[in-house]
Amino acid sequence: MVTLIATQSLTKTYGNRVTALSDLTVAVEPGIVGLVGANGAGKSTFIKILLGLLAPTGGQARVLDLDPTVDGQAVRSRVGYMPEHDCLPPDLSAAEFVTHMARMSGLPRTTARERASETLRHVGLYEERYRQVGGYSTGMKQRVKLAQALVHDPDLLLLDEPTNGLDPAGRDGMLALIHRIGTEFGISVLVCSHLLGEVERICDALVAIEAGRLLRSAQLSDMTTVTDVLSVEVSEGTDELAARLAALELPVRRDGRLLLIPIDGDATYDLILTAVAELDLPLHRLDQRRHRVAELFASTTQGDLQ
Amino acid sequence: MTALDTHQPGRPAGVIHDIGYQRYDGPRLGRRHIVGALYLHGLRAAFGLGRSAKGKVFPWLIVGVVGMVAAVLIAIRAQTGQAVLSYAEFPEVLTLLIVFFCAVVAPELASRDLHSGVLPLYFARPLRRGDYALAKLAALVSATFLLLAGPLTLMFAGAAFTVDGLGAVWSEFGDYLVALGYVAVHAVVFSAVAMLVASVVRRRAVAAGAIVGAFLLTTPVVGVLAVLPSETASQLAGLASPITLVGGIGDWAFEAGGDLGIGRFGPLYGAVALGLVGVCVLLLLARYRKVASQ
Repeated sequence: MVTLIATQSLTKTYGNRVTALSDLTVAVEPGIVGLVGANGAGKSTFIKILLGLLAPTGGQARVLDLDPTVDGQAVRSRVGYMPEHDCLPPDLSAAEFVTHMARMSGLPRTTARERASETLRHVGLYEERYRQVGGYSTGMKQRVKLAQALVHDPDLLLLDEPTNGLDPAGRDGMLALIHRIGTEFGISVLVCSHLLGEVERICDALVAIEAGRLLRSAQLSDMTTVTDVLSVEVSEGTDELAARLAALELPVRRDGRLLLIPIDGDATYDLILTAVAELDLPLHRLDQRRHRVAELFASTTQGDLQ
Repeated sequence: MTALDTHQPGRPAGVIHDIGYQRYDGPRLGRRHIVGALYLHGLRAAFGLGRSAKGKVFPWLIVGVVGMVAAVLIAIRAQTGQAVLSYAEFPEVLTLLIVFFCAVVAPELASRDLHSGVLPLYFARPLRRGDYALAKLAALVSATFLLLAGPLTLMFAGAAFTVDGLGAVWSEFGDYLVALGYVAVHAVVFSAVAMLVASVVRRRAVAAGAIVGAFLLTTPVVGVLAVLPSETASQLAGLASPITLVGGIGDWAFEAGGDLGIGRFGPLYGAVALGLVGVCVLLLLARYRKVASQ
């Protein structure tokens, strides 16, 4: 199998003070790859080197079996990039903008227009694609950003914090979309995020970096079983709820004010919500437990994830 | 489209989000087409085409005024048979409007992309950074050229019907061609300066002000130099401002009997203009080499 991304002792320093990447050696296979690290860990620098926009200070990188510092043009014609920051001109419609970006990737005029509306539909923008982007919600803007990265049918998508600024529902939608792109569309994806709990749900492989250094890189199946856990917080009656859930044969664990229940399909949600409703308890919070990069780091020393 | 139109059994009609993704294996055009597309996009944007009504107001206001001036000149010539303004004088009279046009359009082409943060999207594509800068500059040069060449062509057409005899039309045509060359010089010099200024200012309004400033604030310098007792100093005074610099080239190469009094320094004016454009283009390219890696 062709290696999607491979780096060898990749190092990048800005000026001679700031080290963004330090001796990073990593190889990932096609699929959905999560690149996790705290803000400032070097994720964006990593992406820019892969795109050939930044030259590494030392070491080598290969993307789709090409060297981006030498064949930048060739790499960039086969890669789609969604940056973290705002990058949409407010006074164009999404359809016009994505069409223009498709043309900038070399698609002929009519094809560009067709693929632009098709891609916008795939990311969930329909009639609103003819409205000016300036009036869009954050969620819609993120979708346009994704569409412009996808419109020229790349072999690899580089997504920098695609869920930034989205509400929980928007995050789930975006992650589901990325998962579809990686599986149904057959396009490899590199997703950058500072939230491990988010990307681990959709990724085949994870690369964790901290302060420019490789923390851990593994196929997700290699990592110790990461069970999805629901955390429930009720303002009062925690004990009652724990007892009730235990009676329902759910393996409840207590963690301070939180109740942790492993997820076993959608039924788990229903059982918990029913229990809370029947006991008439004030539900404060119910969400999927997110792991932080620090936990992953801790796991490398403790040998057990969470 | 076919997948969209066919009704798939077992799925509710009208739900269209579940059509399969189609991989694209058609042609991917090369550098020339990409740059061409960007150039055309820029040229359209220069006149507010494909933009909201707000984006059309300023460029078309200026086009309107230039067109009106041309219309009045044509009418006078048709009535009196006298050309009150030669073709080559046309761009000189309208210098201020050309400056305004560049001040409106250059930020639209350069500052707008800086401000919206769209540049990384361009440079994450096969498009080269230098090509981006040059395509934008070419769009501004073309737009400025069209702004003047259009009315000039109308004036020639009007004159061609007024003058008697094919010989006279032919001589008109010669003057017209020379004036087009002069207009091109205006377009290149003014655009190069305006584009460079716009490429370093993120806010469009500020960029517009800076461009007008770059052109107008240098004119008093010319005024001061011109009144110096030294004849050479006054002959070289025009070099201090892009406007008089171009005017000097006009006196040297495009008009008989110029009014700026550049003496024998015509070629120097030409060389300085060439140098100015060259420096502006180099700085513009350097600017985009830097901005892309941020």
